Amino acid sequence: MPAATRQLDELIGREYRHGFVTALESDTVPRGLSEETVRLISALKHEPEFMLEWRLKAYRHWLTMTEPHWANIRHPAIDYQDIFYYSAPKSEKDGPRSLSEIDPELLRTYAKLGIPLKEQELLAGVAVDAVFDSVSVATTFKAKLAELGIIFCPFSEAVQQHPELVKQYLGSVVPYTDNYFASLNSAVFSDGSFCYIPPGVRCPMELSTYFRINARNTGQFERTLIIADKDAYVSYLEGCTAPMRDENQLHAAVVELVALENAQIKYATVQNWYPGDKEGRGGIYNFVTKRGECRGANSHISWTQVETGSAITWKYPSVVLRGDNSVGEFYSVALTNHYQQADTGTKMTHVGRNTTSTVLSKGISAGHGQNTYRGLIKVLPGAENAHNYTQCDSLLLGNQCGAHTFPYIEVKNPTARVEHEASTSRIGEEQLFYCTQRGIAPEEAVSMIVNGFCKAVFQNLPMEFAVEAQKLLGVSLEGSTG
Amino acid sequence: MLSVKNLHAGIAGKEILRGIDLEVRSGEVHAVMGPNGSGKSTLAQLLAGRDGYQVTAGTVRYLDMDLLAMAPEERARAGVFLAFQYPVEIPGVSNALFLKTALNGVRKQRGLPELDAMDFLQLLRDKMKLLGMDDKLLARSVNEGFSGGEKKRNEILQMAVLEPRLAILDETDSGLDIDALKLVADGVNRMRNADRAIVLVTHYQRLLNYIVPDFVHVLSQGRIVKSGGAALAVELEQYGYAGVESENEVSHVS
Ligand SMILES: Nc1ncnc2c1ncn2[C@@H]1O[C@H](COP(=O)(O)OP(=O)(O)O)[C@@H](O)[C@H]1O
Ligand SMILES: [Mg+2]
Repeated sequence: MPAATRQLDELIGREYRHGFVTALESDTVPRGLSEETVRLISALKHEPEFMLEWRLKAYRHWLTMTEPHWANIRHPAIDYQDIFYYSAPKSEKDGPRSLSEIDPELLRTYAKLGIPLKEQELLAGVAVDAVFDSVSVATTFKAKLAELGIIFCPFSEAVQQHPELVKQYLGSVVPYTDNYFASLNSAVFSDGSFCYIPPGVRCPMELSTYFRINARNTGQFERTLIIADKDAYVSYLEGCTAPMRDENQLHAAVVELVALENAQIKYATVQNWYPGDKEGRGGIYNFVTKRGECRGANSHISWTQVETGSAITWKYPSVVLRGDNSVGEFYSVALTNHYQQADTGTKMTHVGRNTTSTVLSKGISAGHGQNTYRGLIKVLPGAENAHNYTQCDSLLLGNQCGAHTFPYIEVKNPTARVEHEASTSRIGEEQLFYCTQRGIAPEEAVSMIVNGFCKAVFQNLPMEFAVEAQKLLGVSLEGSTG
Repeated sequence: MLSVKNLHAGIAGKEILRGIDLEVRSGEVHAVMGPNGSGKSTLAQLLAGRDGYQVTAGTVRYLDMDLLAMAPEERARAGVFLAFQYPVEIPGVSNALFLKTALNGVRKQRGLPELDAMDFLQLLRDKMKLLGMDDKLLARSVNEGFSGGEKKRNEILQMAVLEPRLAILDETDSGLDIDALKLVADGVNRMRNADRAIVLVTHYQRLLNYIVPDFVHVLSQGRIVKSGGAALAVELEQYGYAGVESENEVSHVS
């Protein structure tokens, strides 16, 4: 192996920084999955009848399905009976009303992760709905948002307070029959975020949720539902880190977005869950279903994701362009290092007339990482003048990693214009030498080159998030070169 | 400042440098000339720390340090600069960010504080003006879509910003029109001083009309076959390399 490659390997070999487990007592439903488990979860959350019914239908449907294996990923079989489907931090039972009521241990956990909740509240003007394990523990800025009629709360609270909205929209984008993991989620989801922006309202701040997975062996099943009513606008940020652990953990979230006429939703994710160690042991299995529907004319949905964590990522944030003139966008950076595997991409379904979609995917593979882009551009017969532009770029660090691109195109209307560009490059010894010859440390050089490669995606992130994302890429690639 | 003794080096089992001796002192300008494939770039890149060469014999001392034992970034921070024959493109990284990161790395080594953004931009603008470079190149990605001449001027800009002790310029004159050549030569001449040494690697004598060297060396098949003063370059221009190569005799100057 040439020395330059060895050096790259060292650079990308650094340890995960967010590895620790908070010692909180958990209130856990017994291991395993049955109709009984589903009923128990629903009862623990005092859900109305319609929710239980929906969960049960999902569970019964799930029983008829088999785990998908079409993605370009490999993992040991998941034993669905060996998972805890519900756990809540115990000290949170009575529902704290302010940060001061929150378990200090929890706040310290956030501080260690570099998420100073209080400072965020005060300084950043970001409303934070922090999810710790499965139950939301802190919801801030609610009053300010309420003045505008904006609802931003834990999903379980929305079920209690706004059942009509939940009933109307839940499963309307991702039905409980959608796929194996979405069905499982529908049956057992514990909590998540709910957001409703009323007609004509522009949400004045970035809405943000930090997710964490904590209790050992707890499958995580988050459910997020965001609705932007006519002429509404919202920008939503989701960020995640997780403590280190040995067992692989299943995470199967569902996110549904609904944009009505002239509405716009921007959804940004920074995903930094535990990726497993250098030998590929441990780490999160991240099997997520994310889909938005541009339901009204002139509506606009964009997904921006920075995926650096998880052992396995299986994720295709998609947009159904139903409304005429609607716009769907997908901007993605996916980084795989060590033995991480990512199979990610998007699906743009053009239904309405003059619909436009843009896909920009940047895959970075290092170590033994495997990175797959899988995209489907589908133009239905009625979608006159649909237009898609797709660009997929892959960057390889070292020569034991892999990049794969599977762009599928299905066009049923002759007026469609579908463009696709792809490239694969390797961080060359030459680029690295050019930087180091100028006095730039190798770690910094790799980070700079990778960030440069991702620039076009980072430009779509809100400012503070873009800075975080850049740091995260740096951290994910840094090595123990000391 | 730089002392190369009996340097033998190769790549993939093939010997390219076959016993180089070169003494460069502070304040001197040396020209290393020679036909294509004679090993000029190999020597330049080896001195700058490029990976992949096998040194089979010889030593290189730089300011009393064992240069070959140092990582490329250590050499750069200790004042070794290479203007590349083929500057590398780095998409998405602005020229300004690249230069700032480089300069701060070097300043840190020299115990100087980081420059703040305003001072840094002013510094860049001043230097660019002297090189006849458009401000717009600062926001553009490093060397991406630059013309050949712009790339070469960008190398000289980096040199002017980093203020090296030992600057090695590999074919910086190739691809430049006469006006650009004069600007680049002016830029290099401005940097000549008693504390700095410059090694000009070039195929043609043209550049040496504008940057007059103290010493000229002729490299052929991995050996310095002749050394002399500035007049040697003129001689080469008249008689070509063939004449010198056939002598196959080394005459040392320093
Ligand atoms: N990476 C390499 N692999 C194999 N041979 C090389 C490599 N780089 C240079 N060479 C060979 O070494 C010799 C000297 O090349 P170089 O130093 O670029 O010469 P110059 O700069 O004088 O034109 C040439 O024969 C060239 O083909
Ligand atoms: Mg050369």
